[in-house]
Amino acid sequence: MSRELVVTEVGPQALVVDRGRPGWAHIGVAAAGALDGPAHALAQRLVGNDPGAAGLEILLGGLAVRATAATTLALTGPPGGLRIRRPSAGERVVASHQPVHLAAGDVAVVPAPSSGLRGYLAVGGGLVVDALLGSRSADTLSGLGPAPLEVGTRLPLGAPTEVPALGTGAVGVSAVPEAVVVTVHLGPRDDWVDDAAGRLRRGTWTVAPTGDRVGVRLEGPELERSAARRGVELRSEGLVAGAVQVPPDGQPVVFLADHPTTGGYPVVGVVDPAELAVFAQLRPGSSVRFAPVATPVPSPS
Amino acid sequence: MQVLPVGPEALLVDLDGHPDVLGAVAAVGAALRDARERGELPGVVDVVPAARTVLVTAPGDREALREVRALLASVDTAAVPDRAEAGSVELAVHYDGEDLELVARDAGCSVDEVVTLHTGATLTVAFGGFAPGFAYLSGLPAPLQQPRLDTPRPRIPAGAVGVAGEFGGVYPRASPGGWRLLGRLTEDAPVLFDPHRDPPALLQPGTTVRFRDAG
Repeated sequence: MSRELVVTEVGPQALVVDRGRPGWAHIGVAAAGALDGPAHALAQRLVGNDPGAAGLEILLGGLAVRATAATTLALTGPPGGLRIRRPSAGERVVASHQPVHLAAGDVAVVPAPSSGLRGYLAVGGGLVVDALLGSRSADTLSGLGPAPLEVGTRLPLGAPTEVPALGTGAVGVSAVPEAVVVTVHLGPRDDWVDDAAGRLRRGTWTVAPTGDRVGVRLEGPELERSAARRGVELRSEGLVAGAVQVPPDGQPVVFLADHPTTGGYPVVGVVDPAELAVFAQLRPGSSVRFAPVATPVPSPS
Repeated sequence: MQVLPVGPEALLVDLDGHPDVLGAVAAVGAALRDARERGELPGVVDVVPAARTVLVTAPGDREALREVRALLASVDTAAVPDRAEAGSVELAVHYDGEDLELVARDAGCSVDEVVTLHTGATLTVAFGGFAPGFAYLSGLPAPLQQPRLDTPRPRIPAGAVGVAGEFGGVYPRASPGGWRLLGRLTEDAPVLFDPHRDPPALLQPGTTVRFRDAG
């Protein structure tokens, strides 16, 4: 029998993700890939996969998958547990952040986390759905890559690359905080906002309920246009993940992995890449403060 | 030329004010791509030319930005690349767009004259972006250079042909958008974006595009 995961229940959103497809922005294709990159990478390591392997990104749980062959799973992201249903033995609960062996026919259920938003499920051998432009990631903005999971979706598994080390116990992990301070590097268009550094440093914003993989909208003090730039339109220019864009209403949007590759509103700053993953996990209503820093482009040597 | 920071791992080359700004953008974009193809900028992942700027990204390799800056110092922004190999494409259009009359009114001419202007122009792909396979076409006749709609439409169908500002364009797939719509490609139009094709985008920088009235 072929090695597969078969989806038997699905929650708000479950997507195939890997590290994404960087390098195609010039033809309008975003990198996409796991929003919480470190959590995805840890899950792959826990089951012994290559770091480029594909797994699942599960928004607010609700997913159940049946394994057609014996395999190993690991769930990462916010702390929590997996429920494993075995037809002959009922249901058991195992902690996240460790490898879990499944027998053929076992069903793994991912419940909603008690903090944060997105869990990452890795499977031994990885999910070997067709790759597009070097990646198996779904891109919710462009529709590229595998469709969101539905009941009945069958996900083929690759051959496990090595036997994962077991018996080490779960990796310690903290609950996702409800308030964060993130470093934001000013520019390229901080001069389009009146006292950008001061406003970013003083303000506290709330995560709006409309966030998705494209970006998270923040509600709070208005980032007002500087006098010199009022009534002027910026020409569309390239965007990066982590860009803090300021639309005309002054309420910032932090772009995430499925962002449009160009945008026409000024980007006041860019969230430090090492701190961006938290935006995959911040629930609506969480509070965000910024620590603005000036990071000039390095001079030629 | 201004070089602006975009976080610790990217920079934006701003060429606004250059007398031939689209040519300068193309020159900078081509110089960076050529250098990368020669293996000189291994840390650079994306080079994204746009209307006035070129974005350069080097994830995890801040030092690469130093090399990019050194290269920028020697780029001749007047050296517009020869892109004859980008070829030419003719696209047949049903001119029945929702904004045809608005465009005619703002252009001060008839709907038929809008079609004549649009089909009479030879446009050139300036750069790609926005969505997979979308190309910004320069060379739009002046009367057709019109602002975006005040309120973007939530859904524009695939194949829609529009204008916005100095550019023309065709939506490769359904998406939200604020361009003024003149018409739609015919059913048998070539596929604008196919991720299994090399290159995936039909319209490459430098490709010339002519539109034909399909009635």
